[in-house]
This record gives sequence, structure tokens and C-alpha cells, in this order.
Amino acid sequence: MIQIAIFLVIGLGLMGFVAGRARSTAFSKGRTAAAVRPHSRPNYHGAYVLLWALGPALLIAASSVLVVPALVDEAVLSAVPAGQQPATAMDRAALLDEVRSIAKGDSMGGFIEASESLVPVYKAANTRFGGIAIAVAVLVAIIGALFAFSRVKPDFRARSQVERLTMAVLLLASLIAILTTIGIVGSLLFESIRFFGMVSPVEFLFGTEWSPQTAMRADQVGSSGSFGAVPLYWGTIFIGAIIAMLIAIPFGLMSAIYLTQYAAPTLRAWMKPALELLAGVPTVVYGYFAALTIAPPMRDFAVAIGISSASSESALAAGLVMGVMIIPFVSSMADDSIAAVPQSMRDGSLAMGATPSETIKRVLIPAALPGIVGGVLLAVSRAIGETMIVVMAAGLAANLTLNPFASVTTVTTQIVQLLTGDTEFDSPKTLAAFALGLVLFLITLALNIIALRVVKKYREAYD
Amino acid sequence: MTKHMTLSRQPTDWQSADMMKRIKRRYAAERRFKAMGAIAVLISVAFLAFLLLSMASSGARGFMRTEIKLPIDFPASSLMIDPAIFKGSAEEIEQKLAETDFEGPVLEAAGQAYGADGAALLSETAWIVVRDAVQADPGILSRKTEFWVPASDEVDSAYKGEGEDAQLQRIGAMKAANQVRSSFNLTFLTGADATDPTMVGIWGAFKGSLLTMIVTLLLAFPVGVFSAIYLEEYAPRNRWTDIIEVSINNLAAVPSIIFGLLGLAVFLTLFPNLRSAPVIGGMTLALMTMPVIVIAGRNAIKSVPPSIRDAALGIGASPVQVVFHHVLPLALPGILTGTIIGMARALGETAPLLMVGMRAFISSPPGSFTEPATVLPVQIFLWSDEVSRGFVEKTSAAIIVLLVFLLAMNGLAIYLRNRFETRW
Repeated sequence: MIQIAIFLVIGLGLMGFVAGRARSTAFSKGRTAAAVRPHSRPNYHGAYVLLWALGPALLIAASSVLVVPALVDEAVLSAVPAGQQPATAMDRAALLDEVRSIAKGDSMGGFIEASESLVPVYKAANTRFGGIAIAVAVLVAIIGALFAFSRVKPDFRARSQVERLTMAVLLLASLIAILTTIGIVGSLLFESIRFFGMVSPVEFLFGTEWSPQTAMRADQVGSSGSFGAVPLYWGTIFIGAIIAMLIAIPFGLMSAIYLTQYAAPTLRAWMKPALELLAGVPTVVYGYFAALTIAPPMRDFAVAIGISSASSESALAAGLVMGVMIIPFVSSMADDSIAAVPQSMRDGSLAMGATPSETIKRVLIPAALPGIVGGVLLAVSRAIGETMIVVMAAGLAANLTLNPFASVTTVTTQIVQLLTGDTEFDSPKTLAAFALGLVLFLITLALNIIALRVVKKYREAYD
Repeated sequence: MTKHMTLSRQPTDWQSADMMKRIKRRYAAERRFKAMGAIAVLISVAFLAFLLLSMASSGARGFMRTEIKLPIDFPASSLMIDPAIFKGSAEEIEQKLAETDFEGPVLEAAGQAYGADGAALLSETAWIVVRDAVQADPGILSRKTEFWVPASDEVDSAYKGEGEDAQLQRIGAMKAANQVRSSFNLTFLTGADATDPTMVGIWGAFKGSLLTMIVTLLLAFPVGVFSAIYLEEYAPRNRWTDIIEVSINNLAAVPSIIFGLLGLAVFLTLFPNLRSAPVIGGMTLALMTMPVIVIAGRNAIKSVPPSIRDAALGIGASPVQVVFHHVLPLALPGILTGTIIGMARALGETAPLLMVGMRAFISSPPGSFTEPATVLPVQIFLWSDEVSRGFVEKTSAAIIVLLVFLLAMNGLAIYLRNRFETRW
């Protein structure tokens, strides 16, 4: 239904464009005494008519998507005999669902007696209200086009009008970023507040016992589950900020130093994109690789050196692979900040007789340190928000352990775990995921702000 | 003025043994440092190569499937089918064939050809091959025909060299007798998800990815480019603009799973019927991709020299004309490069789509934007969770497909950048 309306309206709009353009062209045709030079070029007049035809009509078509089904539902429900009216909102929804799926041809018959007899009513109402919506949309398009067409005159400032709308659209587009931020903060806060209504924030932030699964059995003892998230924070930090960084910082930094200071240009031209490819590999591939190729030998190794508690899902496997994924982030940040150190400082150090490595260690790195630290902070924020690697390789056991061969769980893993399967929005189990999301959001936000501050401060030093 | 600098100490004797030793030490440190750098680069690149090669070697087998030769003597078999039905209309034939039991006779034939456990050699869906052959050519019903039908998961593994010794020997013998062969697995490219690893295909997930990406591009590209234009060209410097800028920069760094939570809490609450649909997944990914496009777009617009704007303004263009006629076309290659990179990231993204329910078991490719679907990375995740051995190589094969597309997109971005980007 809606497709027909949109096609018709767009067709009308295009006709309006051609008509408006033709009318405006006619003004300047033939260098007779009557010919004038219009204020705007013909295309703007055409566009003006097009916008008046399209804008309001499409708004109506879009709103009809929401309004028509409601009207149809109303009509279907009013056709139900008085004695059989569904009692609760849920029954109503079930009845309407069934009528809809029968009418679509998805299912042959329903469980509710009345549903089959309601199908003709549904179809009739659908046609009627859909038809009305199309008619209204087309009518509005025609009125809009005629109105705009009547305004096409030589001295009409069509360009200013079209440009004003363009600016409004541009402004609206840039407001979507704010809307998204508000949406994220709002939805996280809203669900978290509901969660903290059921579970004390102190327990959530400082408790050390995490077992949300028990919350499933509402009638049993201990049904509230325990939501002490400290083991998750520790797992997240252990994998993302410790193990991964132990890999990413030395490798990333040394790669950046080698590629900027030592490597021949051709080598650099090949190796830099190759390193960047590491960042382009999807995280699910890393996760699969970590779980399938890295983790088993690591467990065997741990068992061989006498750690019997070694699990096939280990913090080390996940952290190691995550560290490799982060290498390009660290290396490109380090690359940029080393390149930003003034050449004169490097030349000065070399002229004093320092070897290149001494220059790098004593001059370039200290000068570039704020940028490197900023890059590392961004990398940490990236690592702790990473999901798939830890979901696939780190495990689900909420252990508070220093043993890298043991299974630990992270904030992101638990969010995925809590929200897959049933998503009833009223149990603390699912709401906990939003509280975890809020914590994750705030921490990454703080890390990013600190990182940008550090980098900014550094930039001013050499300007 | 005649006071000379008197050196209170001897000039350094660079040739002394001490100094020579010191210099040697410093040069050794220099070599060590350089070697460390080279090793760091090498190990990083070697890891990438190892990852790609291990995926390629185990994935290559996923594109092949093992088939078993199955002779069926139709007149002698228990297949209850009357050749007369093929005279009816296409729909009637379809219905009759659907009513006929093919599975029994096929398993029977396998038993006759390969002994009592012959049926176990075949894939559960082997009979579909026979049915399709009969439908295509009813004439075969009157004679003895040989089919190549897909083998079971165990036979497949054994053919590829994994499994128990007895099984391996048996398959070896069959191979020698030319009763089993390996052929290109077309089902893998044309099918959708299935419970049997020999029957799974990637097309369902690929189509889901395609639909999702279309939605993402249609939403993120215009919004991203428009906000980049507004912020870079028109926005007044005030608190509102600062807020917009800060939120865009922050959105670019927000973990992807948070966007999934947003999609779950907002989009799925507004449209509960569209759970698992590409349109919801696309909207979620669009929010994630938009900041990337805005940042790339702003950089591209910034790099267009002001002289071009001044010249256009000077000959009477309006500010909107300056941007849309001059600045935007010049900045477009840069914007497109950023867009492709953002889309490549969205294509490889898994976590937010798990949140909005795109992890359903989808056994047929989605037909529209509103039907339940899954996407390539999520399909990889789902298959990686499967216990059956046969899914390992399928997962790797799916990863190869995903990586090929990502590489192609990144390659295109690099090509665009090198080909069209102007240095002013």
C-alpha cells in the first residue's frame, strides 16, 4: 500500500519539477520586450515545485504507516461480537496477530475461533484505510505542487527558498549525532535505574559474587541472584588492559619506530598497510582463531608446566589475540606522534654524536610521549569494549584470579550472555546487561576524554 | 683579551681501548634496537600471515564436498511412483513428488550397494538429489541409474583424512573402487543454514549481510555527509556546535556493543515485530557507521583549498552553491574512501547484531528487509559454536568469503584514494 503511495507521489513530484522548470524557462525565452531575467535559475523553480509536492505528501505517507494499522485493528476489534470480545490486552494482541497472519497467508487457521471470520473484515478495513491514505497523500501532493507552481514568477526567489530548506536538512542531519548520544545515554540510564531499583548499586559495584543465572527461578531461595560485578571488571582489565597491552605496546611501539626511523621507503610502503590489515580483520575471525588455534596449545602448555586448573578458555588466549588486534592502533598513534616531533630535535641529537637508537630513546620518545600515552589509552578503551574475541575465547566463569590460564569473564561477554535468549525487560538478569553497558560506556568515555586531553596538551608544546 | 682558554683536562682520546669498547657497546645496542624493531614488525606480519593461511588451509576444504556413488535400480526398488503423474501440471507433479517417500528407497539402495550400514554413509538429505533427478527426467524411473549423492559428515571427514582408522581404511578402499569422489560444493554458495554440516550454505547469511548493508548505507551516507558539510562549512562556532562535535567524536569511540544495546532498547521496543530483521540491524549499524563517515567527510572537505570557495563566492555563487557545485565534488573521493572503510567495518561487525536478535537459525535466505535474517559474521559465530566436526571447515570457508569481501572493499578504498585524491 505505502509503496503505491510513494511511487505516485514521487511521480507527481517529478512532473512538478519538469512543469516548474519549463514555466521558469519560458520567462527568459526569446529576447523580446516581455522577456525578463528571473531571479533564480529554472532548476531552482523546478526543485521548489518538487519539494512542495514531495515533502508534505511523504510525511503523510510515513505517518500512515503508523496510523493505518491502528485504525484497521480498531475496525477488526469492533467487528467482534460483543460476547466474544477479548478480555485482556494480551488476548487482543494474540487475536490480531492471528488474523494478520491468516490474511497474509502465513498460516492456514488459528487457535482462536473468531479469527477466521475476521479475516474478511481485516482485508476490507485494510483496503479502505490504505486507499484513504493513498488518496490523501496524492491529494496533498497535487495541492502542494499547484501551490508551488502558482508561485513560479520571474521575481520569485526560488533559490533562497530551496537553499533555506537545504540548510535545514543539513542542520537536522547533524543533530542526529546528538540524538544518538541522547538515545544511548537515555536507554542505558533508564534501564540501569530500573535495575538499581532491584539490586543495590553498592552490591553491583563492589560485590565479588556474580551469578545472575539463579534469578531465573523466581520462587526459589536465593532467587534474586547475585550481581557483584567486580570479577567482571577484573576480567575486563586483566584481558584488555594488562595481557593485551603487554603484547600491543611493545610490538606496536617498536613497529612504529622501525617503520618510521629505520625501514627503507619501499619496505615501509608494504609493511604499513600489512599492519593496518590486522585492524581490518573482523573480530569474530580473531575470536574463532583464538578459540580454535591459540587456546588448545596454550592449555596443553599450561598442563605441561603443572597448572592443572588450566582451561581451554583462557584469559591468555583471548588477551594475546586481542593484543595482536590492537597493535595497529598503538603503532599508528605512535607513528603520528613521532612524526610530529620537529626534525630539528632529531638532527640536533644526531649531530651531537648520539646513535639513532639513542636519539629515539632519549629525544624522540620523550618528546612524543604524550601522544603515545594518548594512543595507548585509546587502545585500552578499544580493548575493553571488544566483544567477540572474549565471547568466543575467554569463557563465562566469573573468576577473580591472577592465573592467566584460567577462564575469566568480561563485561562485554556477560552483556551478550545476559541478553541472548529471552529478553524480558523486567528481570534483573536482563536489566543487569544495561547496567554493565552503562559502566562500559562511562569508562570508555572517560578514557577517550583523558586521551584527547593528553594529546591536545602535547600538541601545543611545539606550535 | 689575551687570556687563553686553558684546558683543565686532556682531550678525549677516541682511540683508547676504553673508548673503543664504549663505542662498540653503543653500536651493539644500536644494532640490537634495530633488530628488535624489525622483529616486532616481522612477528606482527607473520601473525597475520599465519592467521590467513590457517583459515585458508582449513577453509579450502569447506568449499569441497564428498559424494558417494549410489546405483539405484528403479524398477526393482520399492519406490512407489507412478510414471503417469508426470503427465499432469507442474503443481501436481510437485505435490505428488512431495507425497512420495524417496528417503526409504534411497537408504535401501545404499544398503544394497555398501552393506548393512550403507545408509549411514549418506547425508540425511541425499534423497533430495534423487528426487530432483527424477523430477528433471522421469525417464530414469524405468532403468538402473547411478547417482552421486552427498556423503555423511563422517565420510566427508574421513575422505579429507580425519577420523578412526577403520573408517579411513574403508573410505580408502571405496576411493580405490571409484565409489567416492570430491567435488565442488555448490550448495555452500547457494544454500542457507542447516543442521547438517554437509548441507549448509553461505548464501542466506550473505544475502542478509547485503540487505543490512544497503539499509546502513542508505541511512548513514546521506546523514553523515550532510552533517560533515554542515559542521565544516556552515556551523557557527557556539556551544551547540561544540556539543555536536563532541558527541560525534565520542560516538566514533563508543564500543560497538553499546550500539547493540541502543538498538535493543529503542528500535526493538518501537518495532517489536521486526526482531532479527535486516532493517533493524541496518539502522543499528548506521548509527555506528555515521560518525566514521562524518569524520572522514570533514577531513575531505577541510582539505579543499579555501581559494576555490573564494573564487566561487567571488563570481556570485551562493554559499549553498559553493558547497554543492564545487567543494562537495572535489571532496567526494575522500568521502567515499571513508564511507567504504566505515562500511567494511560494519560488514565485519558481530556484537551489535547479536543484540538485536540477528542470531536466529535461518534456513532460507531472507526475501525482504523485514524478514528474519542473519549476517555473515554472525553466521560464522553460530557455526563456530556447533559441536559437529564438519562445521569447522565450513566456518573457515565462511571466514574466507567474509575476508575476500572485506579485502575487496579495502582495496577499492585504497584505489579510490590513490586514483582520485588530489593533493592541493
